[in-house]
Amino acid sequence: MSDKIMGIIARFENTADLLSAAEKTRDAGYNKFDCHSPFPIHGMDKAMGLKRSGLGWLVGISGIIGTSSALLLQWWTSTIDYPLVISGKPLFSFQAYVPVTFALGVLLSAFTALFGMLILNGLPRLSHPVFYSDKFARFSDDGFFLSIESDDANFDPRQTAKFLESIGGKDIELLRRE
Amino acid sequence: MEFDKETYRVSGIGNPGRNPLIIGIAFLALSLVGYFIDSGQLFHSYLIAFTFWCTISLGGLFFVMIHYLTNATWSVVVRRIGENIMALLPVMAAFAIPILVGIGNLYHWSHSDMVQSDHLLKGKSPYLNTTFFIIRMVVYFAVWILLSRYLYKLSLRQDTEHHDYLLRKAAKASAPGMILFAVTITFFSFDLLMSLDAHWYSTIFGVYIFAGSFLSLLSFMTINIIFLRKRGILADTITLEHFRDLGKLIFAFLIFWGYMAFSQYFLIWYGNIPEETVWFLHRWDGSWKTISLILVFGHFVIPFFVLFPMEIKKNIPVMLVMSVWILIMHWIDIYWLVMPSFHSHGIHFSWMDLTTLAGIGGIFIWRFLRIAYSRPLVSVNDPRLESSIKIIS
Repeated sequence: MSDKIMGIIARFENTADLLSAAEKTRDAGYNKFDCHSPFPIHGMDKAMGLKRSGLGWLVGISGIIGTSSALLLQWWTSTIDYPLVISGKPLFSFQAYVPVTFALGVLLSAFTALFGMLILNGLPRLSHPVFYSDKFARFSDDGFFLSIESDDANFDPRQTAKFLESIGGKDIELLRRE
Repeated sequence: MEFDKETYRVSGIGNPGRNPLIIGIAFLALSLVGYFIDSGQLFHSYLIAFTFWCTISLGGLFFVMIHYLTNATWSVVVRRIGENIMALLPVMAAFAIPILVGIGNLYHWSHSDMVQSDHLLKGKSPYLNTTFFIIRMVVYFAVWILLSRYLYKLSLRQDTEHHDYLLRKAAKASAPGMILFAVTITFFSFDLLMSLDAHWYSTIFGVYIFAGSFLSLLSFMTINIIFLRKRGILADTITLEHFRDLGKLIFAFLIFWGYMAFSQYFLIWYGNIPEETVWFLHRWDGSWKTISLILVFGHFVIPFFVLFPMEIKKNIPVMLVMSVWILIMHWIDIYWLVMPSFHSHGIHFSWMDLTTLAGIGGIFIWRFLRIAYSRPLVSVNDPRLESSIKIIS
């Protein structure tokens, strides 16, 4: 099988360059591109034109499910299934239920936040076009990269390479699957 | 009024805080009349007002120390406001003197005949006696004033001297300072508020007071920033991003307050020991029940849902309303802690509750404005001022 072009990658000198490059890439109409940096960059979501993640809603809903199912569980076990008077308190003593309710709410929210984040990000994932670049290893050290994938509607190996050069990209490299 | 954007100084303001001063003196004089009408009521009202303003300035001390300890960037622009608030601790020390005068009216343990006939008070008398109480008050305020003066002096020197080591020294002092603060505010609230009902005790009480203290400081600070902003002062320095950070802290400490309040209640409810539950039973008696419920909803549930959305913390009118709301709730909280030991069967509002609050508040705000306008409104030479202004939360 011959080499297939999966995308293109360019390196930038610093966070400010990467931010402005992301803005220009966004304005040029690309939408299947990504930025790679050793640390999170404030304002990158806006520069890349990313919408706010829906994860918060998922966490909120699962938090409500967690708290209400905890209340339901405690109410059912201690008043219907196995009523037991404990130190003379009413069967339905909401005070005693608070810690478990709180804990189950937090537990479900935390799980949803973690696994929801992984799913929405498409993780875990064993291969990615950027791995075909040898220089890319610098992303975890001092490199600020911007990659555009080949299935972007505006992608054209020569035009996109020129575009990346025009916005200040260095070490521009086509990502080929061998 | 003119504001210089280079030096962060306000000029041409005439006599800042003149009106609060007049209000303060007038209402303090009016409160003095209350002494001859009902001295018990006056001292209890005064204790509430004193605690209210004192906890705000203590929150300022905590804010400045936690800023240094965490080496935070966002709070560089608001640190001076915190410093101006903690600089009011000497004023609060002066206002503590009437409490010492009113020990006999406030605390049962100060009467030797009562102590003799009460086994529990007898056992506690090595700690709860008038002399030791006064000594402790002096120690608390000495610690706070020394700490706040030292930190403020370093920060003011930094304004003119450009030495980064000054701020590092402040950070170094904040570490033991924080431990001292934790110990003193805990025992301060034990002595001042918990010993009103000397039979009752709760080890979490100090943390509960601290939660309200820091929460009201943040609200006071937010109101202050909004007032400056309306006059066009610091509008480009303290941005909406800082509002969001302040809002996040307010939100967090609302939850912290709720957590502490519930923890205190929960263990006592569970243990069900008469000498502990009696305190909550008093606060569930007659119309006190209403205040208890107002605190649950007003001090926690309602502001929790209002401040929940991310964008609301950048909404200045909402933040102003919520800050005032929280300050009112903080006052009600202290009212709820103090008053049931005087009016045990129901709420009994008195005009002295308001005159003492306005009296101390007038002087407090007068001093605050005098201090704030006589120096730069932010720490001008902090090496991270620039990055703090540009921060995105």
